[in-house]
Amino acid sequence: MAVINKTGAPLQEAAAPMRRPTLPIASLLLGALAFVGMMISIWVIFLYAPTDAIEGLSQRIFYFHVPVAWLAMLSFVIVALGGAVYLWREDERWDWLALAAAEAGAIFTTLTLVTGSLWGRATWGTWWTWDARLTTSLILWFLYIAYLMLRSYLGKTSTSARAGAVLAILGVIDVPIIYESVNWWRTLHPAAEIGTPGALPPSVVLVLMLSLASFTLFYCVLLIQLYQLVRLQHLTSRLRARLQVVD
Amino acid sequence: MSTLSTLRLLCSQVLAILGKDIRYELRSKQTWLGMGLFALLVFVIFNFAFDLRVENRAAVAPGALWVAFVFASLLGLGRTIAAEREGGSLDRLLLCPVDRRAIYLAKLLGNLLFIGVVELVALPIFAALFSVPLFSGELLPIVLLGTLGVAIIGTLFSAMTAATRARELLLPLLVFPLIVPVVIAAVRATGALMIAAPDEPPWLGLLTAFDVIFFSLALLTFSYVIEE
Repeated sequence: MAVINKTGAPLQEAAAPMRRPTLPIASLLLGALAFVGMMISIWVIFLYAPTDAIEGLSQRIFYFHVPVAWLAMLSFVIVALGGAVYLWREDERWDWLALAAAEAGAIFTTLTLVTGSLWGRATWGTWWTWDARLTTSLILWFLYIAYLMLRSYLGKTSTSARAGAVLAILGVIDVPIIYESVNWWRTLHPAAEIGTPGALPPSVVLVLMLSLASFTLFYCVLLIQLYQLVRLQHLTSRLRARLQVVD
Repeated sequence: MSTLSTLRLLCSQVLAILGKDIRYELRSKQTWLGMGLFALLVFVIFNFAFDLRVENRAAVAPGALWVAFVFASLLGLGRTIAAEREGGSLDRLLLCPVDRRAIYLAKLLGNLLFIGVVELVALPIFAALFSVPLFSGELLPIVLLGTLGVAIIGTLFSAMTAATRARELLLPLLVFPLIVPVVIAAVRATGALMIAAPDEPPWLGLLTAFDVIFFSLALLTFSYVIEE
């Protein structure tokens, strides 16, 4: 009998015969690599990196804060790109990628805000200021939450995927405008010091690069897992809808 | 079909949908009255919340004005597509052989008109309640561009949230983060009218740029968010 599911999408994957689960070797290797990288990073951050002359120990937060903030922003770009390609090609795998990146990004943005606040408390003496970068990160966090809420309210439908894509595209264009407008309004955050020769000792740059690399690896592992989770959730709900039709 | 006749057709479609919305609103008067009263209530609440005095008036007034405008706008914006859904007319509107962009343009113009009328009524009352001189011609472009920015985003997202159970909750959550630049620019530009500040960044330029960018984006993406 012809089976129609609620989403109206074809049942390509759900209808395929069940394969025997194989060991995801690539995923495991990547995970192991990320684990080793994170361990080395933690070791060099606390034991190898020099203590900052002015800020003291709290400066070490910087080696966590910068990678986490970078991944928070990268994640939003992936959400928007995934959404844009989804609108263009109508291939739902891109939407699953976008949704997975949004979930990962929400976590990393939260971590950015938390580590930044801790550092701000130690260095500026305040948890929060309405500086351009802080405000933009907070707005980014709101955008992630809005995206996830929108997706959850609209359910696992193509309407939800399209609405999410539009929100992410508008957001990714809006975030630089927000940054610029708050920057015009007021600013306090320390400027980027990498690239200016002599601003940072080479060991600090080395530790930062190592930390950036291993956090990015960890992010990739997380993204792959989340993608699989989102994919399975969609396939399960499709199977469930199919069962209801058969009943 | 030539570009000119396509454009003429689009205009007539937009005007037809806009005319329908205006007629509906004139008969029911729900949105106008609700938005206007809400804006007035925000003024009153702000009056208590900030204990207005002569010295802090100039600092508080622009913020109060724009909070009232943005909140009241969102009340009306939420009704844009939802009213069509409740009346059962959304399907018929979508079945019409019109470009989806015509629907967006008509809804945007309608929202701009409704919010504009509310703002026209609210501005003199605001000036009287807060005793600030606000009747300068320079305020007009700020109010227009700011309202346009809110309406561009709001109209697009009202189509997105109309299908959800909790649209009154979801719409502000989606709209507020995106219109941060509009709010900052509009409040600062209004504030600069009351106290002339030197070296203010070009806020009106920011508002215009925001409106142009997001208007193009909304036209491009509206057909994806309106349900089929």
